[in-house]
Amino acid sequence: MENSNSISFYNCHAIDIKQIPVVNINKFRNTVIEDVASRKRIVSFFAVPSDSSSFYLYAILADDKSGKLSALSSEVYDKYPSLTPDCAQAHLFEREIAEQWAIVPEGHPWLKPVRFHKSYIDSRDAWNRNKNEQIKPSVMDFFQVEGEQIHEVAVGPVHAGIIEPGHFRFQCHGENVLNLEISLGFQHRGIERTLLKGLDKKTLYYMQTIAGDTTIGHTTAYCHLIESLSNNQVSPEAQSLRGIALELERLANHTGDLGALAGDIGYLPTSSFCGRIRGDFLNLTALLCGNRFGRGLVSPGGVNYDINAKTADLLAKKLIELKKDVEVAVKLLWNTSSVLARFEDTGIVSPEICRELGLVGVPARACGEEIDCRFNFPAGIFRYAQIPVSSWHKGDVFARAYVRWLEIQKSISFILDQIKAYPQVLITKDKKQPAPDKLCVSLIEGWRGEICHVGITDKNGSLSHYKITDPSFHNWLGLSMAMRNQQISDFPLCNKSFNLSYCGHDL
Amino acid sequence: MLILKLLNMIIALAAAPFLLGIINRTKAKFAGRTGQPLLQLYYDIWKLLRKGAVYSKTTSWIFRTGPVIGLSVVLIGSMIIPFGGLPTIISFNGDLILFAYLLGLSRFFTVLMAMDTGSSFEGMGASREVTFSALSEPALLIGLAAVAKYTGYISLSQMFSSLNLSIWLNTGPVFVLVGFAILIVFLTENSRIPIDDPNTHLELTMIHEVMILDHSGPDLGMILYSSAVKMWLLGSILIGIIMPIHSGNLLLDVPVTILFMILLAVIVGIIESSMARLKLLHVPQLLVGATILSILALVLILR
Repeated sequence: MENSNSISFYNCHAIDIKQIPVVNINKFRNTVIEDVASRKRIVSFFAVPSDSSSFYLYAILADDKSGKLSALSSEVYDKYPSLTPDCAQAHLFEREIAEQWAIVPEGHPWLKPVRFHKSYIDSRDAWNRNKNEQIKPSVMDFFQVEGEQIHEVAVGPVHAGIIEPGHFRFQCHGENVLNLEISLGFQHRGIERTLLKGLDKKTLYYMQTIAGDTTIGHTTAYCHLIESLSNNQVSPEAQSLRGIALELERLANHTGDLGALAGDIGYLPTSSFCGRIRGDFLNLTALLCGNRFGRGLVSPGGVNYDINAKTADLLAKKLIELKKDVEVAVKLLWNTSSVLARFEDTGIVSPEICRELGLVGVPARACGEEIDCRFNFPAGIFRYAQIPVSSWHKGDVFARAYVRWLEIQKSISFILDQIKAYPQVLITKDKKQPAPDKLCVSLIEGWRGEICHVGITDKNGSLSHYKITDPSFHNWLGLSMAMRNQQISDFPLCNKSFNLSYCGHDL
Repeated sequence: MLILKLLNMIIALAAAPFLLGIINRTKAKFAGRTGQPLLQLYYDIWKLLRKGAVYSKTTSWIFRTGPVIGLSVVLIGSMIIPFGGLPTIISFNGDLILFAYLLGLSRFFTVLMAMDTGSSFEGMGASREVTFSALSEPALLIGLAAVAKYTGYISLSQMFSSLNLSIWLNTGPVFVLVGFAILIVFLTENSRIPIDDPNTHLELTMIHEVMILDHSGPDLGMILYSSAVKMWLLGSILIGIIMPIHSGNLLLDVPVTILFMILLAVIVGIIESSMARLKLLHVPQLLVGATILSILALVLILR
């Protein structure tokens, strides 16, 4: 479905920034709302300051069926009519825009800060807060339910386990959760704001630590973006190695998650075995580059380490061993009735909610949505080697666990195929300058879901704007919805089944 | 005689933490780990006793009294519950009811001190504890009533000493029912899987553990120790009923009963390693099930 109000293009294809139609805000609003209603998803939505005092709103939409992206923009000043009342997917993006650039989305039903930082514009603030006032994370009005029998439970930001900080506010009736509000921002480091100053040698290191457990995912998305902007072709061997590393990252995290899910319900065997196997998968990444999280492996132009036939053989051999181990450990879950009783029908997200909120990654596929960037928006090695989409239909904790298991199996066979196809990878580091006045969207399926990086170059060919969207940004509200009318005691299990990133959200 | 009575108490007080060591070791073996030392709980308690305690400003004297009452209750309990045919210090008609309600008293104070902190977590834990214990109490009392009816005694010491292994030949089904009912009560009261998870750090899912989150130092030490003794005492009741060994020779009976206790700990470890926790909503069903087993046993005896 072509729309004259927007321009269509493909993932990792740079387009001229001037080709993106600039429409008035009402048209912009209607186009986005209609597109989302016809099953497109908002993958990114951000504001870019113009030369004058105005801003350009950019919306990037994805059509999973055709594999095409579309972009449109609109010029706004300090306010515009909010999209959220008619398009829930925009809600957090609009809050983010309000917080960063002090542009108020009028009529937004839930306009609260996202990361609790000061506006990028010194003179303005979306909430008219005093310039010198210290902004404390999570200090805001929470949604409240009133009633004699209602009680409120506040969890975090300091948690009992070794996890990242986040504040969770439950409104409960007895054990029953009426609403869960999640307030993050404690991990805000200002990555996006730093990137606005331009890219330099440090940028790659920022990319590696956007979310520490998604190092390969974010770094690859960044590299794809830079390479597309500079029209730099990366050798198939290097792309293959990136794919292997990405899938190893998925294997390690999915296995760790299944173990953690088992641990949450007190099921020891899977919990301990998966904990160990996760470490073994991480060690395979270390085999490639010396770092268990893949830091330093991927860089613009290719990869930093070469793989010889001996290492490839060792990788394949170890992977086949691990395949047996992980199969034994995970199948215990599906064969234990008490585990299934605990997983099934817990934390259900309906397909309608999933579409409305634009969930991505494992939680979306667990609702039967066939969304997978590796398949729908292939980039890098996935243009040549496809991984089938794994989905399940129930939308509960079981589905989210089972999708992980399906993906583990597919990732292992993908890696084994790739090792066979490209037994040797040589270092390639071919750097080129990005083309001027371009916009490029780079989508990649990290282990959590869709990672979206958008880059815009100025007339000199240096990056003038950079936008990062971690899958967690889309999915946190999904966790809230999964908890509605659930037992509060099931929250840790639901939370683990989403396993979202705090720092990926907080940037 | 007095020495034997004291011995009954001393065994319970000295050996109780060891039972948890065995459960943890069993779980570790199943998980492919080496596991903590068997005597870890002794070390933990010793460490806690030497520490200072931190008290929240919102708490009152109840918060500090709770652990002491909990400890006193299990001390009295260890004078009532006979172990391996040893005589007890306190023994009278109806002492089994005293024991059941001593547990109730200790729980009452645990719940009070949890609510005393004003924490929403502890409030939830208290509400869960009360709900579940209200359901597990009938299972224990009716189960004991069935045994009392069978033996004709309502004092634990006499009841246990009149039982012997021939029960399995005569009225096996009754004791299978009572055994299962009391095993479920045993797991519930000691907050083990599948009812509760003693190792979890997730405050929203805890039952017993969450009520003692705010305790520290010697108070926590006392609570941990009391829980261990409580587990030993309930274990003694379970073993006393389903594995009554009375050769008349204490030198044989006591070690054999200790062996059975170890076996019980291993079984608990196996249960914990082989199944997941129940959904909190399903726990009442299990406990009502235990009560029904006890009632069935009673009906079979009365028949």
